[in-house]
Amino acid sequence: MQSAVSTVAESIQFLSENFPEFLQLLQEHLLLVIISEITAIAIAVPLGVLAVRHERLKSPILSIGNVAQTVPPLAIIALMFPVLGLGFLPSFVALFIYALLPVLVNTITGLEDVEESTINAAKGMGMTPYERLTKIRFPLALPVIFAGIRTSMVINVGTAYLAFFIGGGGLGVWVISGINLFNMPQVLAGAVTGALLAITLDIGLAVIESRIGTASPDSSQVAA
Amino acid sequence: MIEFENVTKVYPDGTKAIEEVSFTVEEGTTTVLVGPSGCGKTTSMKLVNRLEEPTEGTVYVDGVDNMAQDRIDLRRNIGYVIQEIGLFDHMTVGENIATVPELREWEQSRIDERVDELLELMDLPGNYRDQYPRELSGGQQQRIGVARALAADPDILLMDEPFGALDPITRDNLQDEFLEIQDRINTTILFVTHSIDEALKMGDQIAIFDVGEIVQYDTPTEILQNPKNEFVENFIGDNRTFKQLAITTVEEVMEPREERPPGDGDVISAATDGGDDYAIPADASLQVALTKLLGSEDPTLPVVRDGRVVGTVSERHVRSYFGPTEES
Amino acid sequence: MGLIHFVLGLTVGSAYVEFIRENFTQLIARLAEHILITAQTVLIAVPIAVSLGILITYNDQAATAVLWLAGIAMTIPSLAAFGLLVPFLGIGSAPVIFTLVLYSQLPVIRNTYVGLTGVEEATKNAGRGLGMTRRQRLQRLQIPMALPIILAGVRNAVVIVVGVTAVGAYIGAGGLGEFIFEGIRQGDTVMIVVATVVVSVLALVVDYGIATVEQLLRLRNGEQIEQRVSTQVIRRAVQ
Repeated sequence: MQSAVSTVAESIQFLSENFPEFLQLLQEHLLLVIISEITAIAIAVPLGVLAVRHERLKSPILSIGNVAQTVPPLAIIALMFPVLGLGFLPSFVALFIYALLPVLVNTITGLEDVEESTINAAKGMGMTPYERLTKIRFPLALPVIFAGIRTSMVINVGTAYLAFFIGGGGLGVWVISGINLFNMPQVLAGAVTGALLAITLDIGLAVIESRIGTASPDSSQVAA
Repeated sequence: MIEFENVTKVYPDGTKAIEEVSFTVEEGTTTVLVGPSGCGKTTSMKLVNRLEEPTEGTVYVDGVDNMAQDRIDLRRNIGYVIQEIGLFDHMTVGENIATVPELREWEQSRIDERVDELLELMDLPGNYRDQYPRELSGGQQQRIGVARALAADPDILLMDEPFGALDPITRDNLQDEFLEIQDRINTTILFVTHSIDEALKMGDQIAIFDVGEIVQYDTPTEILQNPKNEFVENFIGDNRTFKQLAITTVEEVMEPREERPPGDGDVISAATDGGDDYAIPADASLQVALTKLLGSEDPTLPVVRDGRVVGTVSERHVRSYFGPTEES
Repeated sequence: MGLIHFVLGLTVGSAYVEFIRENFTQLIARLAEHILITAQTVLIAVPIAVSLGILITYNDQAATAVLWLAGIAMTIPSLAAFGLLVPFLGIGSAPVIFTLVLYSQLPVIRNTYVGLTGVEEATKNAGRGLGMTRRQRLQRLQIPMALPIILAGVRNAVVIVVGVTAVGAYIGAGGLGEFIFEGIRQGDTVMIVVATVVVSVLALVVDYGIATVEQLLRLRNGEQIEQRVSTQVIRRAVQ
């Protein structure tokens, strides 16, 4: 217990002494996570829409997504090395692949779970399939899609630590070199900040989600 | 037998569900609790098997205060059918029916026998045993619900809007079937519904609830003929006469035929002359009788039971039964 | 350069065959280690998580708190957790299993809780009215109905465990991760590809296997579902 307390104290000291380096690593970490996440969303959401609109595409899209998620993150990271070498690009691609599925699955589930009666009502009012998608299905599916993005983001922050192995930088640098040097304060400083980052991003997204949730009925009223 | 003695139920949030309610359900009879939603009828029923417990007063089940009985034993001795049916989807039909016998640890052979018996009673084919509830229609599911409630041969059966979720035709069929079953089993039944028509059809006695209290407790006929106050009158609605026609049998209004020594030739011929269409069964409703009388050229028709003419009925008999004060 | 090497390796498939032949015993040994760590984790984690999942159905506040904590545990990076546990548990599989048990909690607790509380009110009411005790309702209604959902949580957890175990090789836990790290260190594409393929296939097989059991449970519960090929084969074999 004594040692745990002193480790915490030392890690705070370590963090303050190496603050510029910390900011540098945090920036690398965030950049990797955010760019890969945004790319994943940009691909997964349209792909989900496509899967819902074309029943034949759904099963292959979902199976590929499922396999991509089941393959261990370290395996994807490691495989990027022979293909793309070291550095930012292979790390980004690996994280992007890994971030894809939760968003994809939730997009499909969200769009499909809209009640049949709601869709029928929209049909009855004369909405086109496109209007039903943009005005009914998508707004109703948004909370589910957002939940997928949150899950994906939290996983992404954790996976990004592994990017260090293929030269992606980020907070993994402190943690892994800390393990190598048996420098526990450094490991703790790198780990806790990452966990806090994950939680912060999760809460941040939750806040945005609730904003959107309350905003959408208003905007639809304006539209009507 | 079920007895309510000055029972009051107040929920923790202060809502008074029922106040000072007293009534008795005699052994082997059916009492229907009927009233608008929120009147306390379902709460009253739940007080019997202690899904709710009284704040004041006593509920006697077979003469014993049910609060003095073990709650779990009490429930296992009382059949329970609910509107949502509540079949256990992960168990087969047979397993569902066997629930209470299993809980009471009957021998397997006895359970099997009982399940067969009940499938037959409910008019369900034997191969249903191994099917799952989700494969069946709503009407069939509720037949199983009733079979499950009757499985351990309870003395008391509670039915909470049992046919409420079914379509009108299925509901009507199940009501008729259940009336037949009721004749075959000697079970004390408490039945909750919000439909006065169902109450009139199913009940030996009817308790009409207004917010938290019973405003009239009587036989169906009595309620139709002498509604106690405006609330009851409104609740019964229009067409009182018509409703009464549906629940009164021909036997009650006919002119009985004098007893004659058996083997008298003309008794048999009267019944058979006109065929089935001509004679009216003694247990038919006045609705049926009137329909036949209106469609017949004879002003008087014979009433038969078991192939023997037991009386005659004409429009006059029907009219006189309702008395001169009949509203138009 | 790397890309060329990779493509070259693929076209000259013999390099892979050769690697597998030369390192076959070691590959099997690493695979066995990997499976052992996974199995140990599951054996410890699942009973804890299922018990917690059952317990929190009794208290909403406890449910919120436990699920929140399990969620927080998931945000700790695996490598960091390993590193922090090494001073206490030494290097090897102990800190890895400890971390993995923590990671497995959220999916299993959550699915147990959702499965048990998701049982319809009408079903529970019927059980109560027929004279089942709370324990009997749990045993006879809620747990059997929730079982496929709980298993789906276990499946989720096991896939995570197989994946993170690979990272555990970094602190000397063994398993297929050894080849991956060694491959990265030596720049040996063949080694990396073979090891990642084996570990991925392991994850996929476990995933598929548990999913099949899950389907069999659903069918036993009388649910109507689209069946996988494996499910159909097993059902035909049993009948």
